[in-house]
Amino acid sequence: MNEEKMLKVEKIRRGTVIDHIPVGRAFKVLKILRISTDPGVTVSVAIHVKSKKMGLKDVVKIEDRILDSSELNKIALIAEGGTITIVEDYSVIKKFVVKLPDIITGILKCSNARCVSNMESAIKPSFTLLSKNPLSIKCHYCEREMETDEIMDSIL
Amino acid sequence: MWLNRDIVSIGDFSVEEIMEVLDRANKMLPYASSGHPKKPLADKIVATLFYEPSTRTRLSFESAAMRLGARVLSLGSLEASSVAKGETLSDTIRIINSYSDAIVLRHPSEGAARLASEYADVPVINAGDGAGQHPTQTLLDMFTIWKELGQINGKSIGFVGDLKYGRTVHSLSKALSLFDVSLYFISPEELKIPKHIRRDIEKRIPVKETKNLDEVIESLDVLYVTRIQKERFPDIEEYKKVAGIYVIRPSLLSRGRKNLIVMHPLPRVDEIPAEIDNLPQAKYFKQASNGIPVRMAILDMILGSE
Repeated sequence: MNEEKMLKVEKIRRGTVIDHIPVGRAFKVLKILRISTDPGVTVSVAIHVKSKKMGLKDVVKIEDRILDSSELNKIALIAEGGTITIVEDYSVIKKFVVKLPDIITGILKCSNARCVSNMESAIKPSFTLLSKNPLSIKCHYCEREMETDEIMDSIL
Repeated sequence: MWLNRDIVSIGDFSVEEIMEVLDRANKMLPYASSGHPKKPLADKIVATLFYEPSTRTRLSFESAAMRLGARVLSLGSLEASSVAKGETLSDTIRIINSYSDAIVLRHPSEGAARLASEYADVPVINAGDGAGQHPTQTLLDMFTIWKELGQINGKSIGFVGDLKYGRTVHSLSKALSLFDVSLYFISPEELKIPKHIRRDIEKRIPVKETKNLDEVIESLDVLYVTRIQKERFPDIEEYKKVAGIYVIRPSLLSRGRKNLIVMHPLPRVDEIPAEIDNLPQAKYFKQASNGIPVRMAILDMILGSE
């Protein structure tokens, strides 16, 4: 069965499908969406799925949950280029590719403990995107450059 | 373009802007010890807000402001102020903003000056934010190289000592990499320049890393020495061994180029013995005094006398 068919077979009634996740990152997606603490949500995870575009990829399907923009931005941090499909009543109502904005605000904190953004509650941490692949961002305040692992650990 | 501009990070400057500051600092040089005869900032107030002690930097800014005729408001002891009562930096800045025409800020948190610049209507000058930026230090270092060697392009600059934690080295090497220079990083394994900084610099200019100062001394136009701090080493014997290797001796300098200069952000400890002070290569005291014309230039440019 090819991937297209498999995904069709396992259609969900309502929810979100996150496709084209870089292989090995599906569990990170679950972690940042805090899926494990929400027993009301049914989740299917497919890892090491063959993909024409990516070689191998991961796929996550979340039933009865539509992701908000802050969650989508978080996903963009770890799965730039991933495809999001929003499903209602078994039909696709929206499909788009997640993209990292040039300025990333409000979804992660600076990994530098001495950064002023970790000291003053009034300010929103903000980061400039330096490069998508490999992922690299720079804190607007302390200018610390962060790469994938540090970014993962800093997602709010 | 300069009027009311915040001076937060050397990374905000282009090559042209750096050269503009150096050029203006050069024009300020004659007035750096006697004061500007026109007192161009006579109607201005400069506030110095220092959340951690750095007497020399504070005095250097205050002297520069006074040399231009400005008046200076200095934050008294922290214990007596609202800061001690737990006021946030953003609140303090909003208040001080109405008292002065520019704020010079020193703060232990990295990024504090950027934050302050967002809350102040008046320009903010970063006088050091923790291990972060200290742009006027970088500019005075560049001014010293430019002034002593006639130009920055074409020069080879060697940094020796603690290249891992030394923020002056990080900022200066990044700023120099905008020019046509070669950089040498000379340090023990434990104190190497951070990889992300080296990677960034290498995109633009050639970089050589070595443990051996002897090996590269003949290639250098500038030897920029930094202090190796004891607290970076868990073992005191290890510290002594490492620190001892990088002590600058006259015999070493005698092997260098004719116009070699030795710089140091000061304070120094043992890495440059007093016997070096009277050699023609020693420029570190001159470098420190260059803080005045450079800070005068910055204040004059952002407070807009022209």
